[in-house]
Amino acid sequence: MFTLTPEEQAAVELSVRVSLWATVTSLPPGLAMAMLLSRGKFWGKSILNGIVFLPLVLPPVVTGYILLLLFGRRGPLGAFLADNLGIVFAFRWTGAALACAVMGFPLLVRAMQLSIDSIDRALEDAAGTLGANPVWVFATVTLPLILPGIIAGTILSFARAMGEFGATITFVSNIPGETQTLPSAIYTFTQVPGGDVAAFRLTVIAIVVSMSALLISEAISYVVGQRIGVEG
Amino acid sequence: MIQVDVQHRLGSFELKAQFASEGRVTALFGRSGSGKTSLVNIIGGLIRPDHAHISLDGDVIVDTKHKIFVPKHRRRIGYVFQEGRLFPHLTVRQNLLYGWWFTPAAKRLGQLAQIVALLGIGHLLDRRPRSLSGGEKQRVAIGRALLATPRLLLMDEPLASLDEARKAEILPYLERLYDETKVPIIYVSHSVPEVARLASTMVVMTDGRVVATGPTADIMARLDLVPFTNLVEAGAVLEAEVLEHDEQFDLTVLGLCGGRLWVPRLNERSLGTKVRVHIRARDVMISTRRPEGLSALNVLRGVVAELGPQCGPILDLRLDCGGQAILARLTQRSVETLGLSQGTPVYAVIKTVGFDRQTLGAGFRQANGADTAAVPI
Repeated sequence: MFTLTPEEQAAVELSVRVSLWATVTSLPPGLAMAMLLSRGKFWGKSILNGIVFLPLVLPPVVTGYILLLLFGRRGPLGAFLADNLGIVFAFRWTGAALACAVMGFPLLVRAMQLSIDSIDRALEDAAGTLGANPVWVFATVTLPLILPGIIAGTILSFARAMGEFGATITFVSNIPGETQTLPSAIYTFTQVPGGDVAAFRLTVIAIVVSMSALLISEAISYVVGQRIGVEG
Repeated sequence: MIQVDVQHRLGSFELKAQFASEGRVTALFGRSGSGKTSLVNIIGGLIRPDHAHISLDGDVIVDTKHKIFVPKHRRRIGYVFQEGRLFPHLTVRQNLLYGWWFTPAAKRLGQLAQIVALLGIGHLLDRRPRSLSGGEKQRVAIGRALLATPRLLLMDEPLASLDEARKAEILPYLERLYDETKVPIIYVSHSVPEVARLASTMVVMTDGRVVATGPTADIMARLDLVPFTNLVEAGAVLEAEVLEHDEQFDLTVLGLCGGRLWVPRLNERSLGTKVRVHIRARDVMISTRRPEGLSALNVLRGVVAELGPQCGPILDLRLDCGGQAILARLTQRSVETLGLSQGTPVYAVIKTVGFDRQTLGAGFRQANGADTAAVPI
């Protein structure tokens, strides 16, 4: 019962790969966006804020459709990237990763933004008076202090990517071995007669993977929290 | 030599301050809200002022006219904040070495071991800031600032958040700081005892303006500044010499004002060393005849040099005792009863027990004559 068919195994592997790529590639822009939204003072900040958090409130299918319009073969961004950089999203696993990244982005940014808002900026001033330029201040003071927020955001974004269904299936469809992620596979198995057992197996795997991610994040947060502590 | 000329608006508060100091320890003195912290924040580069010209040893660090603004990480001005601001994610050792790493090896003021010994923090190196007491945190913060090899050290009320016991623990380190490191200090405080003990030069601020600058002893002896300094703690700051220790009664005799002053025993001071004495005006009584049958041990001869402005029932006098100034606080009634006026010969009576650890400090710095010369001995 617990032996996976090649098709199921492909779905699991694909899901993990898509989620990792989505999370890792969205981390740097996510951090930059969190810094910008937390610290920046500029015109149109609330509009930018709205755009970043839009995927959180829009139906995932709508997000997927917008991605299809923008990054599809004939979409303005999709055509440009395909012609100039050779990057194709439509109906490829990369498209699934893009969809997952977009859907997880608000969660990633939110967690980091809260963390950046909460740190004591006076510590950054202190580092400056000790001779650290702004880049060093960020690397040696800001970054270590917001590490718990970065970890929390990363795990949330990874978990979101593992569970992402609507935007992915709308944008890159449900092609076994290419874009059929874990949720898409479960959905497919529930639609065919006799697929219950396979759906159940994949469900267990989904629970195990997500739960592990959560526990690992808790453990890391605990260790980091112990290290940083609170100045009392 | 620091020269400061600043004009800066913060909401409805306007800071308009000018001073220059060659002092080794310059106190920025004034009540809360007088603009002291804003001024050091401007010197340290934490605030960008509207209009300013600031130079340190001839090196211009801010000149708004010529659009010069050296960022804080290139000023080499150390800053010890009121609340320490140690990095919580680093150990004490890593905190101490933070600025050291950013200092070119050739310019480094001292090694970790020297600074650690100076501040007595060797046993704390592997601990984290959150497990330190307030006094320990401040000592680490001072060490961290010094290891960045500053040209100037700013200290913003470093003792304000500490209780009396912790203050007493840190004050001796602060007294030695300049002598051991030769880094000039700007010390922000609203505490007369602290300033009296530590500062060689005083800059008195009120409502964002500088009302007086000068050697501590001169400023403390000025009656017109009493309203700006502090009504309760006002008093003269004098330098005295340790003449003898009285083992039997646990006292020390100091020589000053052409007379002898008995104070509680100063164990750690050897004979002949200079100590700084803060004689609070409210601890001084005046008699027109040599008093007899009095418990107070200290009777100094002098003449009334100046009568201050009346403040409610109270009036401050400046006495000239053998060339040194002593302030005395009396009621207007006593002044009239005794018929005191300028030139009246009087005896100042000072209770020995009026002196405590806070009013007796190390001597004025002897290394360079500039500040000491201002104090008549």
